[in-house]
Amino acid sequence: MLKSLHIDPGKCTGCLQCELACSYENEKVFNPAKSRIKVFNFHDEGRFVPYTCTQCDEAWCMHACPVDAIKLNLANGSKDVHEDICVGCKVCTIACPFGTVNYNADTGKVVKCDLCGGDPKCASACPTDAITYVDAEMTGYDRMRAWAAKTDNNANAQA
Amino acid sequence: MHYVIIGAGPTGVLAAEHLRKLDKHSDITIVGDEPEPPYSRMAIPYHLIGNIGEEGTYLRKDEGHFEKLNINVRQALLSRLERDTKTLTLSNGETLSYDKLLLATGSHPIQPPIPGIDLPQVSTCWTLEDARKIRDLAGEHAKVVLMGAGFIGSIVLEALALRRVDLTVVEMGDRMVPRMMNQTAGNLLSAWARSKGVTVHTSTKIESIRANKSRWWRRAKHPLKVHLDQGEELDADLLISAAGVRSNFDFLEGTGIETEQGILVNDHLQTNDPCIYAAGDVAQGRDFSTGEYTVQAIQPTAAEHAKIAANNMVRDNSVTHRGSVNMNVLDTLGLISTSFGLWMGVDGGDSCELLDEADYRYIQLQFDGDVLVGASSLGMTQHMGVIRGLIQSAVPLGKWKARLMDDPTRVMEAYLATVQAQAVAAKV
Repeated sequence: MLKSLHIDPGKCTGCLQCELACSYENEKVFNPAKSRIKVFNFHDEGRFVPYTCTQCDEAWCMHACPVDAIKLNLANGSKDVHEDICVGCKVCTIACPFGTVNYNADTGKVVKCDLCGGDPKCASACPTDAITYVDAEMTGYDRMRAWAAKTDNNANAQA
Repeated sequence: MHYVIIGAGPTGVLAAEHLRKLDKHSDITIVGDEPEPPYSRMAIPYHLIGNIGEEGTYLRKDEGHFEKLNINVRQALLSRLERDTKTLTLSNGETLSYDKLLLATGSHPIQPPIPGIDLPQVSTCWTLEDARKIRDLAGEHAKVVLMGAGFIGSIVLEALALRRVDLTVVEMGDRMVPRMMNQTAGNLLSAWARSKGVTVHTSTKIESIRANKSRWWRRAKHPLKVHLDQGEELDADLLISAAGVRSNFDFLEGTGIETEQGILVNDHLQTNDPCIYAAGDVAQGRDFSTGEYTVQAIQPTAAEHAKIAANNMVRDNSVTHRGSVNMNVLDTLGLISTSFGLWMGVDGGDSCELLDEADYRYIQLQFDGDVLVGASSLGMTQHMGVIRGLIQSAVPLGKWKARLMDDPTRVMEAYLATVQAQAVAAKV
């Protein structure tokens, strides 16, 4: 069964362990600026919202890529950037309406969440279970994606 | 059923793959006129920089990709379209009959009527064949003049500068990328390019290009003399023309298929012939922001068109195209710029901007009421796609509008607080 990240902002304390774990796993540095998951801090409301790619079915990034550098990982459903193919044109970074594909000037390529190949370190690092990795059907993400998809032309493309 | 697609660019290939996904058994044929496997023009600058080989520009890299999907790819030009018999005659003499036809013929660079434009050291930067010529002529320290600092010109500019040529850019408009940036951003971009050693002339036209003839006593050092309307004369080894593009639809003359800037399509991407669809750079499709029908000629729109047209060819117009958001991203020697939707604003709307000239950072947002309708930026690379999300979801920003007016860099937070909040609420 496919699993997906489930994020419950209500449980987030803003400790940024997820960002550190992500940057260490993917970039070998403890540097939140290089993390693919980002915790947004709503000062006024005292609220923190962790946010990353939902691996959405529409996969705007994947379809907009002119060189086929973003591919579906059949094992865990993630859409992965293949660095050896990516030319760094950044079209995916503006095509993704969730803002979760970013350009990394150091490598000249784009980066996005790939669920750490099926063992997302943000989830294991989270001390409060604000980020968990659970069966996709339990997360409600599908409905969230469906809602988000209403912004898109392809929304009713699939039966 | 035989689906035929004319054009082997991103639109044609994506459409063919989508057709195959929806219809496992019908015949699918792509007809493209270039000799290489289907490739992406967008990748050519990265090939010129030397990051990828020619094969790095190919749209699909796996061996036998089209054979595996049982998609026929033919190399030929379309010579004749006969709608009443649904027959296509190709330049190689072959005839094909179609049931549904997709026109994805893309666009071509405009060649302005300037004396000397046909000299051998003048090239567009459009095809892999052009790329080979540029590779030959634009070696280190070669003198290169780039005509046009529009979107494509500016992408080519980066590739040329990284090849360490001696580069001069000549743009007719009063700033760089005038159709993507306002004065502030355009000027900042010019300043940046100059700081990187590129000579930039704006509000300047190239009047003529002449061959710099060798004499018996003196061999011309550079084969071209480029004359500017302001009197200046530039030596050049190569002139690259990037003066805009135009949709490819001349082959439709006499067929009765309606065209304006591009091929006219309805919201199903269907032409005035119900068996013929058009998509990508050649299609004059709906713009999300204006509701008008225009040629956007951008990759994300091509991808959207391809999927919708393919769906509608198989599933009887079941998807309506609600319009594509016009958007661009550009990397000029490391300075990244974006533009989205109605970046130039709307009548009676509000706008805000934040400029940090020393660090080459800029963002401006445009609102209609409390809905974000457009934006442009310089020097920002994180979470930029969310601007598209905010524009296309047309979510009322409420109190977030004032916060954005105060600090336009907070777009991601505004998105989470409005669009995503609605999404979570919709769960319940």
